[in-house]
Amino acid sequence: MLLDVQFSLRNGIFLIGGLLSFALAGATLKSSSQASAQTQPATATQAPAQPTIVPPAAGQTQRGGLSVVVLDPAHGGTDPGARGTGGVRESDLVLEFSDSVRRALEAQGLRVRQTRQGNDDPSLDDRSAMANAQHGTVFVTLHVSSTGLPGTVRVYTMTDFPPMTDTTGMLAWDRAQAPFLELSRKLGDLVQGQLSQQFKGSPSTAQTAAVRQLRTTAAPAIAVEVSSVTVDDRAALERMAPGVAGAIARGIAAFRPIYETSPVAGALP
Amino acid sequence: MTPRWRTRLLVGLALAVIAAAIYFPILRRRVQRAARLQQQSEEQARRELTLTLPANPGQPRVRTKLFWASSTEDGVLVPTTVDLPLSDDPVLRAKQVLNTLLAGPVDTELRTLPPDAALLEFYLLPDGTAIADFSEALATSTPSGIQSEQLAVDSIARTLEADVPQVQRMKILIHGQEMETLAGHLDLTGTFVVNTKPAPAPTSQPSATSAPAADKASAESRKLTPGSVPGKLAQPGHKP
Repeated sequence: MLLDVQFSLRNGIFLIGGLLSFALAGATLKSSSQASAQTQPATATQAPAQPTIVPPAAGQTQRGGLSVVVLDPAHGGTDPGARGTGGVRESDLVLEFSDSVRRALEAQGLRVRQTRQGNDDPSLDDRSAMANAQHGTVFVTLHVSSTGLPGTVRVYTMTDFPPMTDTTGMLAWDRAQAPFLELSRKLGDLVQGQLSQQFKGSPSTAQTAAVRQLRTTAAPAIAVEVSSVTVDDRAALERMAPGVAGAIARGIAAFRPIYETSPVAGALP
Repeated sequence: MTPRWRTRLLVGLALAVIAAAIYFPILRRRVQRAARLQQQSEEQARRELTLTLPANPGQPRVRTKLFWASSTEDGVLVPTTVDLPLSDDPVLRAKQVLNTLLAGPVDTELRTLPPDAALLEFYLLPDGTAIADFSEALATSTPSGIQSEQLAVDSIARTLEADVPQVQRMKILIHGQEMETLAGHLDLTGTFVVNTKPAPAPTSQPSATSAPAADKASAESRKLTPGSVPGKLAQPGHKP
């Protein structure tokens, strides 16, 4: 009797083992098929439904004023951004820069929100969404280039493109920046002016570029790019952080009255 | 079947399943590697085809402007003028000038595009929209950064503006696919405005002796603009 029980128990264990193995094999095959499906080039892409943003009415002033700065340390997670031969990674550096910028902005009495705090990589739309969800916001995305004269800093605003609304008057998500271009340029010039005083060789006015991150941001938005990861010593870039932070904070402080008195900030004509 | 044999059979089956579970990931990796090799060889074949695009020596030599980085000023493009035997056909002509641009300047420090990038295909729609399909190296080897990516696209657009006046705007594809960005920064979902002047009539052939160069001052002060919503080509007439 005891032997029968032991035998049944052993058979049961083998059966369970066999079933688990089948399950494991099944899971492996499923993940294989998913992985190989991802590696196949897409033959047709389905455009995701485009979210929309309610634009302010024309003539509406910025009630409440400028109160929040959304800081975006670019890249992160599996995306290191620009990488130097000396091991400098853009994603790490911009996180350090954003800490300095945050402190400088808070000293100006501004609230700061960061799109990422650690080594994660929110999508470009998620980063924009953080700014788009609030009023009285400016958006600053921080980058370190892999080219350019080391020790210089450039500010970029989005290139011109016309705003587009759907039939309900909603602003298309992928053109969210369009009504803010003028304000973005004013902000960009103010910040770049401060940076050019701090870092010789930097341009005196902001430049325009088709920066993807800026396109979907429904707020005055600039990209700040420090040159560059090619430096031999990472400390050389780290030393730039307080100067960059101070210049951005002063530029935004100078922009504050312009923003608050602007009657058409974000309003469609 | 005796209980002992049944046990042995079950153990054997379990071992076979475990062995299969270990082997399947290895098999998957081999299949993926084979697929990659096939893709690379296809791209290589296409690249060889495009690179051997003949510049007909019988064609009259045309003064051609190629935009590479300035040796004196950071982040600025300057035109280099060379005489090339270019085709009158705008598509062939665009392929010839872009392949020359990709080959790079004598001073390799001034190149704006990675040396391993290749133009796979070039199309020109009747409304003046060009579609330039580059190999993956354009995305993977262009230095990551707003400035470097802007210079790369700008050099392509301004070279086309100067040498192929039929091109009004340009869409960049990477290996036949639309990409969100070039190397993490520059928006590739729209089109870039190349030429704000109306395209010449199709019947008129470009002069062999005069360069179809655009106004230098306006060209050098202008920046590229994405001209459409993602995935759609720009509407004619839109300009910054």
